Amino acid sequence: MAETAKKSRLSRSRTRSAWLFLAPMLVTLAVVAAWPLGRTIWFSFTDASLDLMSDARWVGFRNYLEYVEWGDGEGQYYGLLADARWWRSVWNTILFAVVSVSFETLFGLVIALVLNQQFRGRGLVRAAVLIPWAIPTIVSAKMWAWMLHDQFGIINDMLQGLGLISQPIAWTASPDTAMVAVLMVDIWKTTPFMALLILAGLQMVPQDIYEAAKLDGVPAWRVFRKITLPLIMPAVLVAVVFRTLDALRVFDIVYVLTPNTDATRTMSVYARENLFDYDQFAYGSAASTLLFLVIALITITFIMATRMDLEGKRS
Amino acid sequence: MTTFRHLMTGLATAALLASGAIAEELTIVHGSIGRDQENLRDQLDRFEAETGHTVTIVSMPESTTDQFGQYRLWLSAQSSDIDVYRLDVIWAPQLAQHFVDLSPHVQDIIDDFVPAAVESQTVDGKLVALPMFLGAPALYYRADLLEKYGRDVPTTWQEMTETAQIIMDGERAEGDDDMWGFVFQGAAYEGLTCNAQEWIVSNGGGRIVELDGSIGINNPAAAEALTLAASWVGGISPEGVLNYKEEDARGVFQSGNAVFMRNWNYAYALAAGEDSPVRDSFAVTTLPTGGDGLPSAATLGGWHLGVSAYSEHQEAAIELVRFLNNYDNQKERAIELSRPPTLTAVYDDPEVAAEQEFIPLWKPVVDNALPRPSAATLRKYNEVSAAFWTATHNTMSGDGTAEENLARLEAELNRLRGPRW
Repeated sequence: MAETAKKSRLSRSRTRSAWLFLAPMLVTLAVVAAWPLGRTIWFSFTDASLDLMSDARWVGFRNYLEYVEWGDGEGQYYGLLADARWWRSVWNTILFAVVSVSFETLFGLVIALVLNQQFRGRGLVRAAVLIPWAIPTIVSAKMWAWMLHDQFGIINDMLQGLGLISQPIAWTASPDTAMVAVLMVDIWKTTPFMALLILAGLQMVPQDIYEAAKLDGVPAWRVFRKITLPLIMPAVLVAVVFRTLDALRVFDIVYVLTPNTDATRTMSVYARENLFDYDQFAYGSAASTLLFLVIALITITFIMATRMDLEGKRS
Repeated sequence: MTTFRHLMTGLATAALLASGAIAEELTIVHGSIGRDQENLRDQLDRFEAETGHTVTIVSMPESTTDQFGQYRLWLSAQSSDIDVYRLDVIWAPQLAQHFVDLSPHVQDIIDDFVPAAVESQTVDGKLVALPMFLGAPALYYRADLLEKYGRDVPTTWQEMTETAQIIMDGERAEGDDDMWGFVFQGAAYEGLTCNAQEWIVSNGGGRIVELDGSIGINNPAAAEALTLAASWVGGISPEGVLNYKEEDARGVFQSGNAVFMRNWNYAYALAAGEDSPVRDSFAVTTLPTGGDGLPSAATLGGWHLGVSAYSEHQEAAIELVRFLNNYDNQKERAIELSRPPTLTAVYDDPEVAAEQEFIPLWKPVVDNALPRPSAATLRKYNEVSAAFWTATHNTMSGDGTAEENLARLEAELNRLRGPRW
């Protein structure tokens, strides 16, 4: 009896000190994450404008969806959920995220496997591979914008020199190629990041398993399929989640590289446009809120799906 | 010389200190294009020498749309970091509340300014910014090529299209594969709004939003103008024009790779500069019209200096604005940058006429320039402009016909207007 009392007093004090240690982080998170997020959500239900934020009044769901009657029995839906441009930017963002993350994972995996081998100058190559990732996005987007320029660009010059195209292609201007250009630059830039994370996973794989496989004469492809891939899967999945989160928020590369059109406008570009360029702070806040919900939904779905997978393996 | 200048600066500073004024640190923000930055720095150096204040330049990107977003952010946050803003002619109605009313501070000089320019910066009787320089675009053309092919300077868009096609085909047949007919500002931003409203107004299609706020943009004349423009892309204009801003167009024209270019006045000084391959072979004329009896339309541009209401050095900032817009500095800008001045007298200055022949000729163009509907649409102007340039950009990139896009634009404008602008 006395023992349990002592134990619970001990655990109570432990809980107390745990909270004490957690408090600074919780306060920081509340200030830098929860408060701005809460404010954005609040603004999305008001008629706030950037100049008159303190005068914001509650307007309910009007920024999201509103049915306006024209008086003659007919009417129309307005608001973000009825805005074709918004849905187009959602589609653009998801397309961008799926394609770029898939290619980056694939290329990253290949590069990581190469960099994991022993060869002379490996350290140098590992450092060199990181260069695209180290260049700030604005700089690399501007750099690529010049390289892809239809009149002065080196890419068109090279393709014409090789005889692959007869006319220069307006990579960033044409609606058919603008998204391809964005994807190309993003894959170029972010593959090193994936390679690095996957390489870290590869180095955790114990060498003796490979030695055993070698003794048993297992072919290289099967070694990769049955040993390497399952063992690095957790690292790959973490990398994919990180990248997907990043890709869904994409802004700078699209904004700098391509004209502001439906062909490449992403959710972040849409939100910024309404928040600052137009006098639509509340509407932009609604877009930001939906952006947050979309990302949260996709991430949670992804994590749940992969966790189920992992648990299946463990049992 | 330097010692003398230092001495003078010292004396000036001492005199100011004695009279109670203190040397202040000012900040001015502008979006530099061409040689704006060098010229502004020179003028600021003289201001510093005369007054003892110091002025730092904050430089912004070329695109006016990008500048606006940043300025709105600073102003809404009531930031005191920037004292003087260089504002686009269209912003006054949207940003009026953030700027000092300059009218009491410029009573003595305001009558010397071009009245239309002052009017464009006056919102409910408040002078938001003091006009710095104006803009009214021109059609730049290669006089040597027109002569070579025996073509007249075009007066209609149709003529320009034909001439451009003939010369482009001829030059390409002679091996100049990089030659294009016409370059302009076709990226999806404010510049496209300026270009497209010129095509439509000069074709009799009316304004984007009329002065009284009514919407009549969805009409056959407007559709005809946009259809012609769409035919340029991939024809006489490179497809990349869909992402060209001012400097992209100038790059192509100035390197000798285009017969015609629509651009603002700043490009004149640069195309005529010593390092320009086309310096002796180009000339300018007014923009073409849609046909006989229709007027040429040139969008009113220009940049004007406003003093932030949140500035902590308002007196010195007003002094700076007055200084930058005085006769000598306007004359220097006219000569070095080919920027049309806002002081009426500078247009008649013989030295300006000798250095930049077109400036006296441009007085009537500037006087009749076409304003964008910023006064009619007030705080919704940016959205109106974006809806308009989107309709134009979609038409030019083959996403729907001009008629379809104009019908959609009309619906969008009606929605934006609601019961009133």
